[in-house]
Amino acid sequence: MKKVFEKPKMLTDVPFHYCPGCSHGIVHRLVASSIDKLNANKVIGVAPVGCAVFAYDYFNCDMQEAAHGRAPAVATGIKRTNKDAIVFAYQGDGDLASIGMAEIVHAAARSENITVIFINNAIYGMTGGQMAPTTMIGQKATTCQQGRSVELNGYPIHVSEMLAQLQGPCYIERVSTHDVKHVKQAEKAIDKAFRNQAEGKGFSLVEVLCSCPTNWGKSPLDAMKWVEEEMCKIYPLGVFKDIAKEEK
Amino acid sequence: MAKVTFNKSLCKSCGLCVTACPKKIISISTTDMNNKGYFVAEVVDMDKCIGCAFCATMCPDCVIEVEK
Repeated sequence: MKKVFEKPKMLTDVPFHYCPGCSHGIVHRLVASSIDKLNANKVIGVAPVGCAVFAYDYFNCDMQEAAHGRAPAVATGIKRTNKDAIVFAYQGDGDLASIGMAEIVHAAARSENITVIFINNAIYGMTGGQMAPTTMIGQKATTCQQGRSVELNGYPIHVSEMLAQLQGPCYIERVSTHDVKHVKQAEKAIDKAFRNQAEGKGFSLVEVLCSCPTNWGKSPLDAMKWVEEEMCKIYPLGVFKDIAKEEK
Repeated sequence: MAKVTFNKSLCKSCGLCVTACPKKIISISTTDMNNKGYFVAEVVDMDKCIGCAFCATMCPDCVIEVEK
């Protein structure tokens, strides 16, 4: 018998602290297996502030913790001084789309040769389910208990679409994790984002729609269903920018 | 003949593997609890396993290893 599926080498043996059914674990595994495939000598990750703040314990490579939202700026510095290293930033929506909006936009505009994994679960997870910039109209959160209203809170931010308008980025795709098929697609997208960096093509970002069962007040299964039925409608999946394809 | 191994101590009983399994042979145990206090997922009928690794693909906690 041959092992056909095992934990990637890029993950340590530390058990994840995430809630039951949280998609962070799935995405950690995908990122780790993508890095495994590259056979890179040197890998440096940048952890965010948010639920994934302990990512430095889980990835079996050098990790740097960044100030809230500043992961792309820190990754820029690391990549520019370690050109041979594979550098990635792993950020959530509260980190990337609110306090870190300036950093991600400018890193993308400069086309820094880094890979950014953006977890979009439409809520602030770690701090207790407050409204995030990605919270959808009508979605309930602890700071908008009647549901997000346009009059009071404005519209959610579509990060992938917005960044794709810039000239700088090389590859931007939105994927989901709600079923096996979409996890496999997410794996391909993350593979590609890392390959782009290894080939020196420039800035790649993969937005992953994730579930947050605890703060949405749903069971893990219902949360996945909600991603499929509600989130995928507002945040359509697909490739928003791919320079390699445009050149052809 | 395929074989899946669950690292029970990591399981959080989320049940994503249960719905992912195309053969419907995984269930959440009603008696077997791990040291975190979760009832763990287990394979009921290993002979029916086809080794597709769908369960492992959906598992957020890297609980599952698949051999084929």
